[in-house]
Amino acid sequence: MVHWTAEEKQLITGLWGKVNVEECGAEALARLLIVYPWTQRFFDTFGNLSSPTAIVGNPKVRAHGKKVLTSFGEAIKNLDNLKGTYSKLSELHCDKLHVDPENFRLLGDILIVVLASHFTKDFTPACQAVWQKLVGLVAHALARKYH
Amino acid sequence: MVLSPADKSNVKAAFGKIGGQAEEYGAEALERMFVTYPQTKTYFPHFDLGKGSAQVKGHGKKVAAALVEAANHIDDIAGALSKLSDLHAQKLRVDPVNFKLLGQCFLVVVAAHNPALLTPEVHASLDKFLCAVGTVLTAKYR
Repeated sequence: MVHWTAEEKQLITGLWGKVNVEECGAEALARLLIVYPWTQRFFDTFGNLSSPTAIVGNPKVRAHGKKVLTSFGEAIKNLDNLKGTYSKLSELHCDKLHVDPENFRLLGDILIVVLASHFTKDFTPACQAVWQKLVGLVAHALARKYH
Repeated sequence: MVLSPADKSNVKAAFGKIGGQAEEYGAEALERMFVTYPQTKTYFPHFDLGKGSAQVKGHGKKVAAALVEAANHIDDIAGALSKLSDLHAQKLRVDPVNFKLLGQCFLVVVAAHNPALLTPEVHASLDKFLCAVGTVLTAKYR
């Protein structure tokens, strides 16, 4: 059972309220594809991923990034039931998408760096700690139905 | 994993811009690592790890100096960090997984203090560089 203190929940929801999900999602996914280029293997149908500029400007990357981070928003509304929230998505990522769960951890780390760059000194060590905990738990929930 | 000429140039330029703040970044990276990944504290039972600790600041300075040294000798990181590599293999024996954790925290510090510096390209280059440093430091473990 995941345990969140009231302070941890506040650090999450407080920051999330200020996040532009579309921009942040687009940036996080783009950086994932740029920093860890092997992750591009899942996006053959996305068109031009030939350079960082192409990736950042790619409309499919932007749209998918928004989708991914919107789903993250669902997790934040259900912090006490991440397993339930991600059950179907976990099956999807295993059975249909065939995504190695390590990729969820990589995206989580990238998201942290993006949040740090947006919130700068407001992204305190305590804030980072809680968010790393969250992305770790989301990654774990997404991997849970793998078989 | 190979550092391209562009990566090397990005890393050198990044450390150039970071300049004298590297020591501060090193200390903050350690602070963030201890808070975010508490298991890393097990390597420092002899340290005061409280906020503002002089020992953490001092150690952060050492870590930063090593990164700067590696950046300044980016064509031969193994050579530049050879003694440190011996030290980690023979004496410190920090589990290899922890270098990634510190690397992540260092990137977060750069992002938090200097977001304009961390373009996607520089982010990629710095991440690769930090990986390379970790690889060198653990190269002689077995």
